[in-house]
Amino acid sequence: MSAMDWQAFALSLRLATVTTAILLAIAVPLAALIVLGRGRWLAAVEALATLPMVLPPTVLGFFLLVLLGPRTAFGRGIAALLGHPLAFSFDGLVVGSVIYSLPFAVQPLVAGFASVDTALVDAARLLGAGPIRLVSSILVPLARRSLLAAVVLSFLHTVGEFGVVLMLGGDIPGATRTLSIVLYNQVENFDYAAADRTAAILLGLSVFALAIIYSISHKRGVLRGGRDA
Amino acid sequence: MLEFSLDAYRGSFHLQVECRFASDWTVIFGPSGAGKSTLLRLLAGLDRPIRGRIALEGRALTETAIGVHLPPGHRQTSLVSQQPALFPHLSVAANVAYGLRSPKYAGMDRAARTHRVEEMLDLVGATDLASRRPQNLSGGQAQRVALARALAPGPHLLLLDEPFSALDGIASDALLVRLQHWLRENHVQAVVATHDATDALATSAEVLLLGDGRLTALGPAAHVLASERARLLGRLQTPQG
Repeated sequence: MSAMDWQAFALSLRLATVTTAILLAIAVPLAALIVLGRGRWLAAVEALATLPMVLPPTVLGFFLLVLLGPRTAFGRGIAALLGHPLAFSFDGLVVGSVIYSLPFAVQPLVAGFASVDTALVDAARLLGAGPIRLVSSILVPLARRSLLAAVVLSFLHTVGEFGVVLMLGGDIPGATRTLSIVLYNQVENFDYAAADRTAAILLGLSVFALAIIYSISHKRGVLRGGRDA
Repeated sequence: MLEFSLDAYRGSFHLQVECRFASDWTVIFGPSGAGKSTLLRLLAGLDRPIRGRIALEGRALTETAIGVHLPPGHRQTSLVSQQPALFPHLSVAANVAYGLRSPKYAGMDRAARTHRVEEMLDLVGATDLASRRPQNLSGGQAQRVALARALAPGPHLLLLDEPFSALDGIASDALLVRLQHWLRENHVQAVVATHDATDALATSAEVLLLGDGRLTALGPAAHVLASERARLLGRLQTPQG
């Protein structure tokens, strides 16, 4: 693997790790709100959170490129705040990845939280649990499999994303050139030997991540002994 | 003293009842579907009425006219349902301690919490179950633990929805005696929903007779359940062929 490939490999891992961490921080409370909340507006929240799943990645990338670029007041405001525009930067990629992978984190958690027996939720509320404690001490432990699914899907989805990355980040080595972009460049240059290598790395990374996570879950009994209520 | 005036819907079921419980042990008696569980959920604050007021010792827990509705856990009210609903990922001791970890008990140290848990498990005869997981309990044991968990935070009002249905008669009677003694000592008012007339008659309680979401009678068990008592006695005296 060339130095350039290693750089792209490290960047992809960093992007996926940061994106997954941010997604969990957003998706857990959002999924809890969708499951525990009341009101018709929650349907709109869930629809918005699911929208990136059905939107073509290039369309989403284009929207974000325009929104975060100098053509909008929002984009100019962000650039003034950070000292640089979000488009064509690693930070911009993180924003795009978080939005693009949001449904892959939220949907498993909504399904997991919704499967927790409402009698347990009622019991916790009767014993004085507020929303944060209810989520952290009841919903998350009882929906461990869904949490694991959210982590795996978010991470691997981010590692493999292409459309949003290309639209929003372009192809800047060390900043926005991920493995998917490297693979695209190699194919475009008819360098199939290198493309084979890069594709194998992406495949290996996916298998490795799944194997690590599922082996942890087996050791901890998440899959065997655990339950989603 | 518990007093309430409620107008509530649960699906298509309509509950409309106005009452005052002066006794420290009141039984809500009625057939399945009469509205007993709905009433207890409203009293516990899990559901809201369309209109109405619930007050405990003069303090409004729910009052729709002025937009008051204290959430469950802030009403000094505990509810034990027929389904024990123990947290399956926690041990029995951790289940009982759950209500002692709320902000209200922030000042309670670990030793005091452990002591309280032991006291509650002892009360319900489940001391030897402390380290077990709910999956490893029988139905009756789970109901005992659920009762201990509900009592641990020291409620002023205890709501019991057929809580001893999985216990055999002798165990249920023994637990009932200990529970009533403890409730009297700690000045806790209890409201028990049941469709079993013997439960109501055995405790010589004040009885609210509920039918199709309406109060049909309120008074001493011997008076309100006289016909039920006669029916039960009749069955006992009928020679078995």
